[in-house]
Amino acid sequence: MEKRITLPLTEEIAKTLKAGDRVLLTGIIYTSRDAGHKRMCEALARGEELPIDPMNATIYYVGPTPAKPGTVIGSAGPTTSGRMDAYAPTMMSVGARGMIGKGARLPEVVEAMKKYTGVYFGAIGGAGALLAKCIKSAKLIAYEDLGAEALRELYVEDMPLMVIIDSEGNNLYELGREEYLAAKK
Amino acid sequence: MREINVQTITDVVEKLCIEANCHLPGDVKCAIKNCRACEDGKIAQGILDDIIENFEIADNENVPICQDTGMACVFLEIGQDVHLVGGNLAEAVDEGVRRGYTNGYLRKSVVADPVRRGNTGDNTPAMLYTEIVPGDKIKVTIGPKGFGSENMSQIRMFKPSAGLQGIKDFIIEAVETAGPNPCPPIVVGVGIGGTFDKAALLAKKALMRPIDSEHPDPFYADLEKEMLEKINELGIGPQGFGGKTTAIGLNIETLPTHIAGMPCAININCHVTRHKSEVI
Repeated sequence: MEKRITLPLTEEIAKTLKAGDRVLLTGIIYTSRDAGHKRMCEALARGEELPIDPMNATIYYVGPTPAKPGTVIGSAGPTTSGRMDAYAPTMMSVGARGMIGKGARLPEVVEAMKKYTGVYFGAIGGAGALLAKCIKSAKLIAYEDLGAEALRELYVEDMPLMVIIDSEGNNLYELGREEYLAAKK
Repeated sequence: MREINVQTITDVVEKLCIEANCHLPGDVKCAIKNCRACEDGKIAQGILDDIIENFEIADNENVPICQDTGMACVFLEIGQDVHLVGGNLAEAVDEGVRRGYTNGYLRKSVVADPVRRGNTGDNTPAMLYTEIVPGDKIKVTIGPKGFGSENMSQIRMFKPSAGLQGIKDFIIEAVETAGPNPCPPIVVGVGIGGTFDKAALLAKKALMRPIDSEHPDPFYADLEKEMLEKINELGIGPQGFGGKTTAIGLNIETLPTHIAGMPCAININCHVTRHKSEVI
């Protein structure tokens, strides 16, 4: 089922999304990956404020290539989400709700998603040139010294995603493969 | 003795870094299109359509196919009748990588220290392999290697008694464990034999070979076909959402080994399996 979603990702919207839904996402998202997540979680541990408002935020696990002159951003596909598993429950505990990436998540992340009504979206890994097309603006927010890993605010229009894991813990990686193998028999 | 200035190598490395990252090899494109034609599922078809559109955008606009423009793996086959002049070879290669990744707007993904981290800012150093071969030419091959798939690679030192079945099970186990993480459909490079380190290098070299080629020994050529079929029966599918196309190619490279061992390395690559060569 294809759904058009406008951010921010409220609890109400999150509950309507189910594993296997195709989503076209519009609104503001934030980029962060390994080093950025580490810094944000260290800041929270020290009781400091984050450079972004985490409430209902959606974080895109991406480190884009540099923008060529006259463009908004370079190629910008998802990185492997599992490396952010150590940080994702902490981010959800302060209100972040949406995660965009690719690849498997640990059970503790899924448990946190159920607790905080989180949604894990998949973008196509290796389709960075295509995904860059739906990014209409990019703004540096913090951690500039991290280069490709800096924290950026992106405005995306109709970003094509799949719901991989929904807030009830249903997982497209399991369901999709089971369905294919069952149909083959 | 033919003299070649290392500056020429810098120029070629710069050019190949950019070209390899923006233009997917023809054999890989062809394999993806063939797999698209065979997929039945709507989700799998849609993903392969998007992957095809993506490499076409990269081709037309000269932009990186994937944002992970990788570590620059550089293979130099240097003719023994070549005399390199004009500077240090390794520095010349790194300068080519530095210029390619800067001038080509490629991502700088290298940290200076594996534990203490810290981006080097120019994607150097290259992972450089040199080999001395007959002749008076130099063949330069660049294979930018992304780490989503590199992280899913494995190596195992088998007892010889594990035999062919041990190798087959290990290949399936590695692909199964990787699941959706390396951006399937994947390309699998398998290195069997040699020593611990040589097996890993063979697996990397297997990824530099066109996926429509086969091992010269019919025994291994048959094994390549058989394992590709078995992998595609797993049902992992494009991006791990289920489907026929889990891998688009599997290459095996082999070397003699010790009476006591049977090393096997599996280097996994994504559908953006990039490499580009030029002979100087």
